[in-house]
Amino acid sequence: MEILLNAEQVNNTICTIVDQIRSDIPADTDIAIIGIRSRGEILAQRLEKMLQSHFNEEILNGTLDITLYRDDLNEPKSTQPTVRSTEIDFDITHKLVLLVDDVLHTGRSVRAAMDALTDLGRPRLMRLAVLVDRGHHEYPICADYVGIKKDVDESQLVQVHFTETDDEDRVFIKHE
Amino acid sequence: MSKSKAIQWTRKHLIGLSDLSREEIEFILDTAQGFEEFSTRSIKKVPTLRGKVVVNMFFEDSTRTRNSFTLAASRLSADVIEFTKKSSSVSKGETLIDTARNLEAMGVDIVVIRHHAGGAPKLLTRSINACVVNAGDGFHEHPTQALLDVYTIRQKRGSLDGLKIGIVGDIAHSRVARSDIYAMTKLGAEVTLIGPPTLMPASVKDLPVKVSYSLDNVIEELDVINMLRIQFERMGGNPFPSVREYSHYFGLTVDRIKRAKPDIVVMHPGPINRGLEIESEVADGPNSVILKQVANGLAVRMAVLFLVNQAAALKS
Repeated sequence: MEILLNAEQVNNTICTIVDQIRSDIPADTDIAIIGIRSRGEILAQRLEKMLQSHFNEEILNGTLDITLYRDDLNEPKSTQPTVRSTEIDFDITHKLVLLVDDVLHTGRSVRAAMDALTDLGRPRLMRLAVLVDRGHHEYPICADYVGIKKDVDESQLVQVHFTETDDEDRVFIKHE
Repeated sequence: MSKSKAIQWTRKHLIGLSDLSREEIEFILDTAQGFEEFSTRSIKKVPTLRGKVVVNMFFEDSTRTRNSFTLAASRLSADVIEFTKKSSSVSKGETLIDTARNLEAMGVDIVVIRHHAGGAPKLLTRSINACVVNAGDGFHEHPTQALLDVYTIRQKRGSLDGLKIGIVGDIAHSRVARSDIYAMTKLGAEVTLIGPPTLMPASVKDLPVKVSYSLDNVIEELDVINMLRIQFERMGGNPFPSVREYSHYFGLTVDRIKRAKPDIVVMHPGPINRGLEIESEVADGPNSVILKQVANGLAVRMAVLFLVNQAAALKS
């Protein structure tokens, strides 16, 4: 196991994302931050807190469960995905939706998330923020705001821990 | 509502609740929660079962359950074949298994079956490869009705642990009562069956329940009351002297509800015989969750269709 980011570095990396967003998205934007379950949800909440002072209006926050939109549901597999709730209690139409996930890898989760979101409404703009872009994208999807970019071998797993769910802030690389 | 721990769901059929564990029942309810918000969305559809075929084989009349399964399957983007006894080759003498095999040859993935004979869904699982979901068989079980009942109670009360639940009326002819008893007791509730001795099943002493022949004796203790319909179509002989007398002793009237706990949850699986087992003012009153049950039925059935299909994709 190799540590990619320790607690302090996790915090600094999130600050990098916040800086990118501040310089790119104007303060008068009608914005909603939506995190993909489950680690994207926590990153989204942290971004919301840190960005609140930048925007004129209150930032809307929601959580998206993409299980029902996954493209591997009918593939033979050894474990079952668990369906959880999507909690977006506002209309996303005409808003800038900032989609948030912890790790960008194949791009398949993001594809599923975009399909799920377009079923909920028609955002004016959709942007993607991730903590780690580990490369090996399988779909033509890139993030707009990236905390850290690191090419990680396909045989390895990038795992993000947040204090809210895992008692620590840490990102590490696991050999599968 | 509490979230239970995620487990591996491995059943590709849902025949009854008697052999399901508490964890499995809670897993279905948790999954259903993920489907609950669908009714409020502008696009009430997900691509989850796209390309899958669900057949609704109904050998008995049904509006609620059949429509609910049809809508649940459509919302998951499955194609749905509606099969009813009257308009099919069953009326020409084809057997259940032959009918099912023929449907399977057309590429059916999930068979939802309602049949007047208890055990028919189980029989199907032995002769076809598709997933089988029981939508009510004889006097045996009606698992999705019981699941939506406990889902509704959990939604209202957070948990079933320690709740006192009364099931009133025609227990003997009720597959709903049987599935309810399994689901409710497994989730920690105390169930009392209430009705005249002639409407109690012979096997009642083998069930984990209390029995009361008087509604008035127990009404004040109950947290939840589930009023069953008198199933005249299934009865031979006369289980009670008159409808009026039944109503007098076992009907849920305004007077009786006044004596109950103020927050008692009033349930009915439908269709209602208004004025017989329940007075209109009570069925439409503030304690009633009857329409909520119907709405929740959709989420529960989406969850069940999703889970059995997922189990079919598991590597053995």
